[in-house]
Amino acid sequence: MGNKRVDEPTGVETVGHEWDGIEELNNPLPRWWLWTLYATVIWSLVYVILYPAWPLLEKGTEGVLGWTSRGQLADEMSAEEARRAPILQAIAATPIADLPANAELMQEAVAGGAAAFRVHCVQCHGANAAGSEGYPNLTDDEWIWGGDLPTIEATIVHGIRHPGDSATRMSLMPAFGQMGILTPAQVSQVTDHVLSLSGQSAGNAAGAAVYAANCAVCHGPAGGGLRQFGAPSLNDAVWLYGGSRAAVAQQVNSARHGVMPAWEDKLDPATIRMLAAYVHSLGGGEAFAAPVAATPTTAPEVTPESEGTNGQQ
Amino acid sequence: MESLTTRAGMWFALLVIALVAAALGHDFGFSAQMTIVAVAAVVGLWWTLTGSKIDALGNWRRPVGSETDYDDDPVRWGVIATLFWGIAGLAAGLFIALQLAFPQLNFEPYLNFGRVRPLHTSAVIFAFGGNALIASSFYVVQRTCRARLALPGLARFVFWGYQLFIVLAAVGYLLGVTQSKEYAEPEWHVDWWLTIVWVAYLVVFVATIIKRKEPHIYVANWFYLAFILTVAMLHVVNNLDMPVSVLGSRSYPLFGGVQGALVQWWYGHNAVGFFLTAGFLAMMYYFVPKQAERPIFSYRLSIIHFWSLIFLYIWAGPHHLHYTALPDWAQTLGMVFSIMLWMPSWGGMINGLLTLNGAWDKIRTDPIIRMMVWALAFYGMSTFEGPMLSIKWVNSMSHYTDWTIGHVHSGALGWNGMITFAVLYYLAPRLWGRERLYSLRMVNWHFWLATIGIVFYAASLWVAGMMQGYMWREYGADGYLVNSFAETVAAMWPMYVARAFGGLLYLAGAIIMVVNIWLTIAGKQRDEKPLTSPAYNPAADRPLVSQPAA
Repeated sequence: MGNKRVDEPTGVETVGHEWDGIEELNNPLPRWWLWTLYATVIWSLVYVILYPAWPLLEKGTEGVLGWTSRGQLADEMSAEEARRAPILQAIAATPIADLPANAELMQEAVAGGAAAFRVHCVQCHGANAAGSEGYPNLTDDEWIWGGDLPTIEATIVHGIRHPGDSATRMSLMPAFGQMGILTPAQVSQVTDHVLSLSGQSAGNAAGAAVYAANCAVCHGPAGGGLRQFGAPSLNDAVWLYGGSRAAVAQQVNSARHGVMPAWEDKLDPATIRMLAAYVHSLGGGEAFAAPVAATPTTAPEVTPESEGTNGQQ
Repeated sequence: MESLTTRAGMWFALLVIALVAAALGHDFGFSAQMTIVAVAAVVGLWWTLTGSKIDALGNWRRPVGSETDYDDDPVRWGVIATLFWGIAGLAAGLFIALQLAFPQLNFEPYLNFGRVRPLHTSAVIFAFGGNALIASSFYVVQRTCRARLALPGLARFVFWGYQLFIVLAAVGYLLGVTQSKEYAEPEWHVDWWLTIVWVAYLVVFVATIIKRKEPHIYVANWFYLAFILTVAMLHVVNNLDMPVSVLGSRSYPLFGGVQGALVQWWYGHNAVGFFLTAGFLAMMYYFVPKQAERPIFSYRLSIIHFWSLIFLYIWAGPHHLHYTALPDWAQTLGMVFSIMLWMPSWGGMINGLLTLNGAWDKIRTDPIIRMMVWALAFYGMSTFEGPMLSIKWVNSMSHYTDWTIGHVHSGALGWNGMITFAVLYYLAPRLWGRERLYSLRMVNWHFWLATIGIVFYAASLWVAGMMQGYMWREYGADGYLVNSFAETVAAMWPMYVARAFGGLLYLAGAIIMVVNIWLTIAGKQRDEKPLTSPAYNPAADRPLVSQPAA
């Protein structure tokens, strides 16, 4: 190291090398730097003794604390499940029609339903449950299949047009234009008549005649709809597939049919019941008036295995 | 003559192979890439047969007579390529930032977020950063070894071969050719090409060091060598895969499942460690002392922090896989190695910053030094933030959020971008034999636009990421999740707009740099006031002897 010299501004000796004019000072390692490095090494040594760290032949060391990430998750989940279990059991054991009578339980059900809704339902019905074209709005009082608690629950349990579920909600409007049941002129006339039911057009006699012969049986003479068949009302401003003239004409010509899964296979009964309570609470929920026997509720039986699950399987 | 025939024959053979592969290709993306190879072969064939001596830079070559002994043509090309890819990469980044804020800007299928995002990351890391590293390494290794570049023909192959790799990768992304590994998206055939180019780069670099006329190897070259060697190893191991057909762009990786994820993040983290840290520290170790005209702060620190950085970085990758199927023991080791990496990383910052001891006033007067200091400050910030984010307790909140993107960009924009800009400003007048840059005041503008841009970018994503993380895990008093995913996305919208604005400022600064360097190369000098001039103070300046009598 031939050319050592003392650097004037700092008073530190150089190492004596030089590359393209660059020299190096012979400063020691900064003490704080070195001690912080040692501290991180010591911290790491302690950490790898406490936690799983060293790979051995069969598996890694387990650490003296016995901690595992799966174990931590299981502990947190089971603590939460234990905390929630009494409520879920009570909800599962209460027929949905009786739920409103227990205000506290109803409140719990709405809160749990809201959480499950965010996970399972927002993808189609939207984060605010307002739906979009082809996906019904759940916040209004317009119901296709019915808006009281047992009916909503049955809809969620069996789904809509869900293949393989014999109790699923099923309706099938014919593709009147495409199948040749109506001529294009008749499609246009009946579209005009449908729009007149909500006051959007003047209507015409020919369209009214086509409507009476083909549509009224499901949608009702005045377009009030018929929930028994899942036939939407046509006399208001709420439209599943759009209320413009072109959208209505398209639906008459070749109807689209949305599908909702039967959630019975995916969610436990308590979660489905909570979802029904939440949807009912969104603004359009209807009172349950009819005697229980007259309504085909198919609320699933509560089985011991399904109790206490948190509904997010 | 024989050599001319041989070289022309090789170009022709490549042309035929590429055309056959393009014609028989199983998918459109592969055929398009092979067509590009064929075009490159035609250019090479024409070049060989016409014996063209046209310099890529035309009459911009430095004036005859001021030629140095150093082989700087590939460096000059590299500076221009760095500028070009820098603008391309930053523009792509601004575009995808706007896509996140305004999804209507997704134009299917070629310009959707999924395809343009790897275009952005590859353009800024590998095209902009890679060209800056290759060019600066060729410049530094010659000067610190006092030796001309070994194997000049191979060095030119490295430059042009690397550009071909960039174009093939970029076209592939837009056409949907990807193996879906982050920062390693190119498919097998482009990977093989890069391997050839990279080994050639290693050979040129090592051969130049071997023929050096200096007794010792300068620290910048240790870092460059670590970068080149390790990237070669990472690239090969992470891309071990089996092509479905030699005429198609699909392949299947050797490692699957959690092993594949671990190899990918061993690669991904060390791409940061050896490409964006070691390589750019090499640039720092030459250009900071040159620009500051000061000796390196501590030789001992450079040795200790070099070896500790190299040793510790390579183990830190598993921290990208906290709370996944990766075994707990591997997660622990990834975390503790990341914590121990804090001080070795900071060693580079300390050695760079304290090199200014005795010249701190230059921060006020020299915008290039200011850029370098700012780059080192951001390097220090990111290398503190990185170990912090690797702590499992922090990571359980930060992982998968935009905090990670904010962290990456404080490093990429602040450290890699700023140090590269400073190096380009240093190189331009020297490579083209100009007395000075076209304008120092424009450098100052660039500095402030970039700085404010980074602040907007990083701050908005820090806020967005933490908000996102806390919203995801927010439970109400009833024990249920409070927010749906869509609600967290909606909440981040203002931050996404602010981030895009920061990117716009950063891009604007880079465009000013391109104009400045362009005019510098053209030999123009802006007539402007110097950045500082000490105020004239008659009382202080008046010599005692000449005091007039009262």
